Amino acid sequence: MSEPLLQVTDLAKHFQSVVATDDLSLSVADGDLHAVIGPNGAGKTTLIAQLSGQLMPDRGGIRFAGHDITRLPMYRRSRLGLARSFQITSLCLDLSVLDNVALAVQAHAGHSFHFWRDARREPKLRKPAQAALERVGLGERAEWPTLVLSHGEHRLIELAMALASRPRMLLLDEPMAGLGPDESARMVELLRVLKREFTILLVEHDMEAVFALADRITVLFCGRVIASGPPADIRADAAVRHAYLGEDAEGAGCG
Amino acid sequence: MTPSGFNLRNVVVVALLVALVLLPIYVALSGERFVLTLFTRIIILALAATSLNLIIGSGGMMSFGHAAYLGIGGYAVGILAYEGIFSGFVQWSVALGASALFALIIGALSLRTRGVHFIMITLAFAQMAYYVIAGIARYGGDDGLTIYRQSQFVAPLDLSNKAQFYYICLALLYASIYLIWRLVNSRFGMVINGARSNDLRMRAIGFPTYRYKLVCFVIAGTLCGLAGALLANYTAFVSPSIMYWTRSGDLIIMVVFGGMGSVVGPLLGAVALLVLEQALSGITEYWQIILGPLLLLVVLFARGGIDGLLVQWSAQVRS
Repeated sequence: MSEPLLQVTDLAKHFQSVVATDDLSLSVADGDLHAVIGPNGAGKTTLIAQLSGQLMPDRGGIRFAGHDITRLPMYRRSRLGLARSFQITSLCLDLSVLDNVALAVQAHAGHSFHFWRDARREPKLRKPAQAALERVGLGERAEWPTLVLSHGEHRLIELAMALASRPRMLLLDEPMAGLGPDESARMVELLRVLKREFTILLVEHDMEAVFALADRITVLFCGRVIASGPPADIRADAAVRHAYLGEDAEGAGCG
Repeated sequence: MTPSGFNLRNVVVVALLVALVLLPIYVALSGERFVLTLFTRIIILALAATSLNLIIGSGGMMSFGHAAYLGIGGYAVGILAYEGIFSGFVQWSVALGASALFALIIGALSLRTRGVHFIMITLAFAQMAYYVIAGIARYGGDDGLTIYRQSQFVAPLDLSNKAQFYYICLALLYASIYLIWRLVNSRFGMVINGARSNDLRMRAIGFPTYRYKLVCFVIAGTLCGLAGALLANYTAFVSPSIMYWTRSGDLIIMVVFGGMGSVVGPLLGAVALLVLEQALSGITEYWQIILGPLLLLVVLFARGGIDGLLVQWSAQVRS
């Protein structure tokens, strides 16, 4: 079998005495939607931060598409085709919606040391951005200031930006966080379409969505992988049930 | 965003731009020569403020050491003139080159930090430059350096002609404003805007923001070095005080007063501030007591400065 698209080996990260990632290994096959779940504080966002380059791990390695990316800065990983969405909406709020997405296109259209031409009038940037917005259903909001859109729409802009950078793999950090039931359903439908085109690593709290979408699921608990496999196996796993799936989740502490 | 087309704000801006072009004619007719002198100074400081606005307004990099480039540009002219080199081409090239180099070094170090650290580091470097210059006895030290001849250019250009010098400064200011307007709307400008708004996000989507911010920092420093060269020719004198930290503060006030991030904001700010200063100091020697609260009001109630107020009023007039 060929090499997985993303391979994480013995990754470790701690903040002072708190172990956030504990010898974590994980591989995501090309074309899969791989979900990472776990209770609050299990280290999911820390994992995404290390995969995207926002945080550097203490130990371990990350390979992506045949490259060792363990120590690469964020922008280089993005150039290799690893796109990230943020759990807490992270957009340029004082720019227009289309500006935000056009920047994602621009980031992958060569260097930006162009000082003269009006970037807002470049079809090469605006058209793909508009197309990405249409895909997430925000085509008509393109010229709006990002600030005035709703939380749910911000989540969709995040996704449009990830799409516009034409990635090989999407790292989605809780795309459904804070969405209402209708918006969540819409997001699930969207992800169902996107998983046919992209390899996706999905961190999500919404169990219904995870079990509906994922090809494989990895369960984190206190920075460690306690189970990994197809959804059916995970559902049946006793350790997972104990640690996470409703049973005694409140009382479960790390240690 | 700057609204385009016919509206109150644009009418005011265009009127100001035209009035500044016509100013020497008024001076020739009225004989009030001090007006020309005052406005030459305003134009030069407006150029410095315009360059500062590129980093604090567009780039969100709160530099507190921008007057250092005024000093470097000024001393490039002063020192070369002292050593017998009067060619403006040489003097100004050195002024721009030295400012660019200084900005490159300061930027490379300080842009690795953020927030208060960034402010303190830029301030510290500028003060360091101040003390170095003040310590060189050959060039006058604390007392400064008198420049006996203005920068020499080819035949028709003569900087000692007051009206001509005014027009040279004005042309350079307008050219800079146009250049920056192009720049902030270009791909480069979009990256700078994005990095101000959300640097982390910009890196996550694939921009090495540090590089872009550094280039932006160098462009702004170079442009301010040009203002320094003009200022030295204007006063025919340079002293370390032109790069003292309070001067950096003055430039920040002009930018904030006029409208951060607006391309014409610093010009509006420089004109309003220095004309007010002149007018108020004619009324009372405690003019700062009036100017201070006025500045406070603008900062508190008009976040976009004078230009922001004009844009708001235009919108109200329309609706």
